[in-house]
Amino acid sequence: MNPGVKTLIMNKTLQIFLRPIWTDNPINIQMLGICSALAVTVQLKTAFVMALSMTFVLSCSSLMISLLRKQIPKNIRIIVELSIISTFVILTDEFLRAYMYDVSKQLSVFVGLIITNCIVLGRAEAFALSNPPHLAFIDGVGNGFGYGSVLLIVAFFRELLGSGTLFGIQMVPDVLYKAGYVDAGFMLLAPAAFIIIGLLVWLQKAVAGKRELDQ
Amino acid sequence: MENLIGIFLNSVFTGNILLAYFLGMCSFVAVSKNIDTAIGLGFAVVFVLTVTTPVNWLIYNYLLAPGALYWLGFPNLNLSFLKFILFIAVIAAMVQAIEMIIDRFSAALYAGLGVFLPLIAVNCAILGTSLFMVERNHTFIESVVFGFGSGVGWLMAIVSMAAIRIKLRYANPPYGMEGYGLTMIVTGLMAMAFMLFSGIVF
Repeated sequence: MNPGVKTLIMNKTLQIFLRPIWTDNPINIQMLGICSALAVTVQLKTAFVMALSMTFVLSCSSLMISLLRKQIPKNIRIIVELSIISTFVILTDEFLRAYMYDVSKQLSVFVGLIITNCIVLGRAEAFALSNPPHLAFIDGVGNGFGYGSVLLIVAFFRELLGSGTLFGIQMVPDVLYKAGYVDAGFMLLAPAAFIIIGLLVWLQKAVAGKRELDQ
Repeated sequence: MENLIGIFLNSVFTGNILLAYFLGMCSFVAVSKNIDTAIGLGFAVVFVLTVTTPVNWLIYNYLLAPGALYWLGFPNLNLSFLKFILFIAVIAAMVQAIEMIIDRFSAALYAGLGVFLPLIAVNCAILGTSLFMVERNHTFIESVVFGFGSGVGWLMAIVSMAAIRIKLRYANPPYGMEGYGLTMIVTGLMAMAFMLFSGIVF
């Protein structure tokens, strides 16, 4: 294989990996998978575990669906995809319950809801069904990271402003509390999650739009 | 009876499936542009939730829960890890069945709801309600009320959102904020308004 073709392939793979992280971010741009993104972002720890579970399910199910793409009959593809996805979700859920029981309790139904997360089915339909396995896998990991990065950003602000901690470690110094600083309990409630995501979308669209104007 | 009213009011207001638990956001954002389609999808969700939640209750309590298979002679069997795959299969099948029944008996209703029904199979609110039903140990009657109440709560949220978005069409938001970003912020404000109900003890 000559080097030019090789770099081209590398570039394409890299692009598939990077696109969902910024330009095609599943949450901020494509508006997919918001359901679970909001509920698990009260603490960084749960958000982190959720992001990892999502990346695992997304990459494995994309890989699996892509491997089977020539065997899956068109008419019943949705149910086949859903069964593959739920298999991986069950694996994740059992793993979390066995090794991280407290986090699994906090995530409650939201691990199970990865099944109906539009990102997973969306990637299966839009990408895995028509692309070779290694690309589908990379696409899955990229989308998982894109989803995870938004989750972590939201969780960062909610935990820092809402409880003054990051990953459970106190970040706001005692001096501030003594001087009368109070944690914003509002950040821990549902509306704050919506508003932070709204502001993030605004930021990303404004920055991305500006770059397009510059070019 | 009081308990049932409590569950209903709780699932409609304080524990609104969309505004408090964030479920069903994808179709909420995508379909709330127009008030007629919002009403159509909302009623379809109420309908599907009222049917699937009790069906999943029966499946969970007679097949999957720890010790549920004692009537077959397997008192020690715990199949509850299969709930995800079975619930989603039931939901997909029920949605398909409901679509066929509506198509057979009411052309008008089919014309109104038909297009939305396939969308609903992957609406997180449906699976979420079934999973919450398991987690909260509802009885059969309670699960019917809970399913119906969650549906009504979702319907109310999406219809009011559609109404707000129609007004917002003439607003002039900053660049990058229009559409999705603004919808999220408005949803946040709505969630805040719904939180006021939480002071009321049902």
